[in-house]
Amino acid sequence: MTSDLLDWKPELLGVEGNVRAVVTAPATVLGTPGEDVDPADPETVRLAADLVATMRVSPGCVGLAAPQLGVSARIFVVDVTQHPKTVTTHGTFVLCNAAVVEASRWRPGREGCMSVPDLTGDVKRAGRVVVEGALPGSGDPVRLVTDAFEARALQHEIDHCGGKLFLDRVAGAHAIYQRKVYL
Amino acid sequence: MHELAITVIGPDRTGIIADVAEALAEVGANLADSTMTRLRGHFAMTLICTGPAAEAVEEALAPLTADGRLVATVRAVRPEADAAAQGEPFLVSVHGADRLGIVAAVSRVVSAAGGNITDLTTRLAGPLYVIVAEVDLDPAHADGLAEQLAVAAAELAVDVTMRRAESEIL
Repeated sequence: MTSDLLDWKPELLGVEGNVRAVVTAPATVLGTPGEDVDPADPETVRLAADLVATMRVSPGCVGLAAPQLGVSARIFVVDVTQHPKTVTTHGTFVLCNAAVVEASRWRPGREGCMSVPDLTGDVKRAGRVVVEGALPGSGDPVRLVTDAFEARALQHEIDHCGGKLFLDRVAGAHAIYQRKVYL
Repeated sequence: MHELAITVIGPDRTGIIADVAEALAEVGANLADSTMTRLRGHFAMTLICTGPAAEAVEEALAPLTADGRLVATVRAVRPEADAAAQGEPFLVSVHGADRLGIVAAVSRVVSAAGGNITDLTTRLAGPLYVIVAEVDLDPAHADGLAEQLAVAAAELAVDVTMRRAESEIL
């Protein structure tokens, strides 16, 4: 099933995405669990294209979830291809209704978020995950195995779809920091 | 041997820790536990020291506070042993729009459930208010506290997450 993902590219959506404003905390939508989406619904496809377009114009952005565009829905885009901490990568891809089904190799790491622009935090994430979801448009099921930074990005975006921020997972009272570097 | 509770706070600048630690060392005050951090541009130090009488330490810090920018307090305290943790460690995260009384409401709920907050940090970042608290709690009360925190969070219109704190001892 992973081969579907490797063949997938945003052009297959067939619509030009619009760059949309990114919502920042404390917005209610960021704390609300997203609804399941119908991957074949044209509205889902448009949303997928908007996620890609908005990610591409945002410096340093490696992933974006629908709640960050103000839409309470379980769909996100990830692209960690340019990140130095990436090991395995599946390119640019959008997943609908995704969930982590296996997680191991837990490690701490520092995370930021476009929706929490002024803070970063130390969060323990699995360094190896198996994620299942569906591709927008075709609705083809996807099961992907990944590691390192792509695994972290997927967990961060899947959390967004569940109404959770990295702030909900920080490792301790001294694990949040004022952001020092802005991309 | 005296045990002293010392606080120093003032606008952040280079060298506050060096100046204070040097003054303390010169009168033989030994730093035990401390936190030293920057809070919205103020540098805040809270220290437990052992050594000389409070008056000697006050005198040693006087030149540092003379211009009125740094404020220091020194108080003799009775030595306290670190109490053994009651229950197990949990983490509570709260985030939402800043408003009066979030810490008061959340900490009261924790306290009413018998949770002891051992460390707490708050950050105000623009309109966003964040609390992360470490709480020692009898695990039998964890579900109850999580429910009560959810009720309090709904009233405050903030998001709250409570989870077990993990610690691996290597």
